[in-house]
Amino acid sequence: MSDAVKFHFEVDGSDFSSAGAASVMVKKKLRQLGYPPDIIRKVSIAMYEGEINMVIHANGGTADVEVSDEEIVITLSDRGPGIPNVELAMQEGYSTARENIRNLGFGAGMGLPNMKKYTDSMKIDTVVGEGTTITMTVKL
Amino acid sequence: MTVNDISAKIKAKLICGSMDKEWNGVYVGDLLSRAMSHVEADNLWITIMPNTNTVAVASLTEAAAVILAEDVELPDEAIEAANTNGITVLTSPLSAYELCVSLNDLASGSAV
Repeated sequence: MSDAVKFHFEVDGSDFSSAGAASVMVKKKLRQLGYPPDIIRKVSIAMYEGEINMVIHANGGTADVEVSDEEIVITLSDRGPGIPNVELAMQEGYSTARENIRNLGFGAGMGLPNMKKYTDSMKIDTVVGEGTTITMTVKL
Repeated sequence: MTVNDISAKIKAKLICGSMDKEWNGVYVGDLLSRAMSHVEADNLWITIMPNTNTVAVASLTEAAAVILAEDVELPDEAIEAANTNGITVLTSPLSAYELCVSLNDLASGSAV
């Protein structure tokens, strides 16, 4: 078994114009490593949604991607407000994004549902007032 | 069929990128999460949402090109991001509906 390949990104919570930069970078790396398009698409969508959520709701955070022979694990951590009701947040169409965010094309309430849909597993660890860590796995 | 093959019919002006991109299929929509999960590789994506996040979604979904409807223009910072990521963006005076009708005519060979 070869060693896992790891990527680490700081997600800037103050700059909407650069939101998604880490996801675009990971996509390029996975393509260079020769992964199939369907795997790259899943990872790209899930990570982008998570990255956007961190910018909208949590003033940024960190994104770590670990690629091994069996799976790709994406870990997104923030020190934002936490998610008071995870079940509600997982419903398609539910969003707490503000009007100015919606005007940019976000806030469709599809972020967390898309992250779950495009990954093989998703775990949400959240504490209100402390932050959220989401771990997603895409099997290879 | 390339982007170049359709640009005159839809009265499109190239903002950035290449007109030589091959396209197949069309998605219409402005909500980025919807677009993120529904734009397929090599699609044309019709939208009126012109920002750097549009460029990021087009890059991640591998859209052939973004067509901005209703003469919407792309801000300079988004043009810069599109150039960096090799994204083709055009703008057209047609509405999203008119674009769809024209593209369907072209794809089905019934354009006059």
